[in-house]
Amino acid sequence: MVAMPTFTREEIENLGRLAQIALTDGEIERLKGELNVIAESITKVQEVAGSDVPPTANPIPIEAYLRPDEAEEPLSQKEALAGAPETEAGMFVAPRILGEE
Amino acid sequence: MAEKLMKYTDAVAKYDPVFGLEVHVELSTNTKLFCPAHIEFGGEPNSQLTPVSLGLPGSLPVVNKTAIDYAIKLGLALHCDIAEWSQFARKNYFYPDMPRDYQISQFDKPLNGEGYLDVELDDGSVFRVDIERAHVEDDAGKNTHLGGSDGRIEGANHSLVDYNRAGVPLIEIVTKPIAGAGERTPEVAGAYVRAIRDIVRALNISHARMEQGNMRADVNISLHKKGEPLGTRSETKNVNTFKGIEKTLVYEIRRQAAILEDGGEVLQETRHWDESKQATAGGRAKSDANDYRYFPDPDLVMVHVTRDHIEELRKQMPEMPRERRARLKEEWGFTDLQMRDALNADALDLIEETIAAGAQPAGARKWWLGEISREANERGVSLEELPITPQDVAEVEQLIKSGQLNDKLAKQTVSGVLSGEGKPSEVVAKHGYQVVSDDGALEAAVDDALKANPDIVAKLQAGNMKPMGAIIGAVMRATKGQADAKTVNKIVMQRIAK
Repeated sequence: MVAMPTFTREEIENLGRLAQIALTDGEIERLKGELNVIAESITKVQEVAGSDVPPTANPIPIEAYLRPDEAEEPLSQKEALAGAPETEAGMFVAPRILGEE
Repeated sequence: MAEKLMKYTDAVAKYDPVFGLEVHVELSTNTKLFCPAHIEFGGEPNSQLTPVSLGLPGSLPVVNKTAIDYAIKLGLALHCDIAEWSQFARKNYFYPDMPRDYQISQFDKPLNGEGYLDVELDDGSVFRVDIERAHVEDDAGKNTHLGGSDGRIEGANHSLVDYNRAGVPLIEIVTKPIAGAGERTPEVAGAYVRAIRDIVRALNISHARMEQGNMRADVNISLHKKGEPLGTRSETKNVNTFKGIEKTLVYEIRRQAAILEDGGEVLQETRHWDESKQATAGGRAKSDANDYRYFPDPDLVMVHVTRDHIEELRKQMPEMPRERRARLKEEWGFTDLQMRDALNADALDLIEETIAAGAQPAGARKWWLGEISREANERGVSLEELPITPQDVAEVEQLIKSGQLNDKLAKQTVSGVLSGEGKPSEVVAKHGYQVVSDDGALEAAVDDALKANPDIVAKLQAGNMKPMGAIIGAVMRATKGQADAKTVNKIVMQRIAK
């Protein structure tokens, strides 16, 4: 029997902070419920997968295609910057960064 | 605020340093790790991009085969266990230089697992550095912070981002904790990173120019007393010079020792090396901001490399730098010191080519480490950047051997080549350099010199040979430097004996 993980309110708040998503109290409660349902499903899978089942890293039974190291036409600088809210000297303008590197 | 530091020798006498290095090496593939954008240093900003390197919605990464092969070669050089199946994972963090808000790296299934590298220290002893892993990941873009008075991030009004570097393949080589180096910790670290540089250059998988950011290291270090548990470590990020790595370790050992000595606690934090202050400075404390929430990248399936392919790559491996150095030292008959000087001057290839072009090892070494190195230092450039080739040096050596040039004229010839007057033969022809081998002319010049300096003649005859230089100098002036000093010496000796 695998112990069922339960998401606490603090964990949800922390995940929200790490993902930089502001969560309201209502959203935290809703997510807590939903994530616990998902966790429960995963627990069931873990119970079925005994020690005789080898761990799977990826469910897709194919390997990555490795492409040759050949260059193709890049985007023009204008195209690359087309979606930027603000540009300067051919570069994207980003808001100032506080404290973190 | 200046931090309290303990004297280095005291610090390493009281505490054992345990350190670890994460060395990032940019691979010199033609295109990026996950998209076919061409990579070039110093291009127009944001001109080497595809939708993938910009992380645009709907774009999908496709792995560059050459990047994987390069990484395997490095893995082989570092004696790593190479995984037949490896996996890319998302490392999630928010920073404007990372357009996707995650870096594609490897986590629990890296391409290269455990290995080791034996590094040679200055005294010839060998220190084994154990490698934890060497995984493949993509690089971030480059931020320029504007508006801050001191150019640092604090106080900047906004940042400009160039994503050309985003997606360039990197290998991150992570060591296991390295203990037992004691006071030689900085030396071992420097030797290790230099050895990595030499290896990636020999493999031709990276330009490995630290000044262009092709190589940079994160330096972890903690102190503890023998028999006690390991201490708390600091991590100094993105150190991009060999000296910086060594100085970071010295500084951190002194700083942490001072804290521990006062009964304080070392903070687990990220620091950076400040070259202008010759100190590390604290950044942010390590907290859950470093919870990267790795998970397998659903856009990429596992990378499979067969044993056969790995063996094929193994066959293509060139001679490794350490073995090559040992072989050349033996072949050239250099002493340890001469070999180290040649290495430090980055002159090994040049000396090898000069010898291949016909020069003797001693002659090749003398020029590259003497006159030419001095000129390179003065101009602040590398030996390769000077307008003189190994073939030129071999030609000068040939001219000395044939007797056309003496040491002085040879130096003038080399200096002529260095100042852009052309090939050695052209410089010689232009100035009419030619050792005066006509003994009659030399004898006349010696006689003139002796006649003009009767006091010196008296001293020489009395057995005081010190003023000999003055006579040779006078003869050299008279012959415009084209006399052979040995011959002049011989004639003077004959004359004063009479």
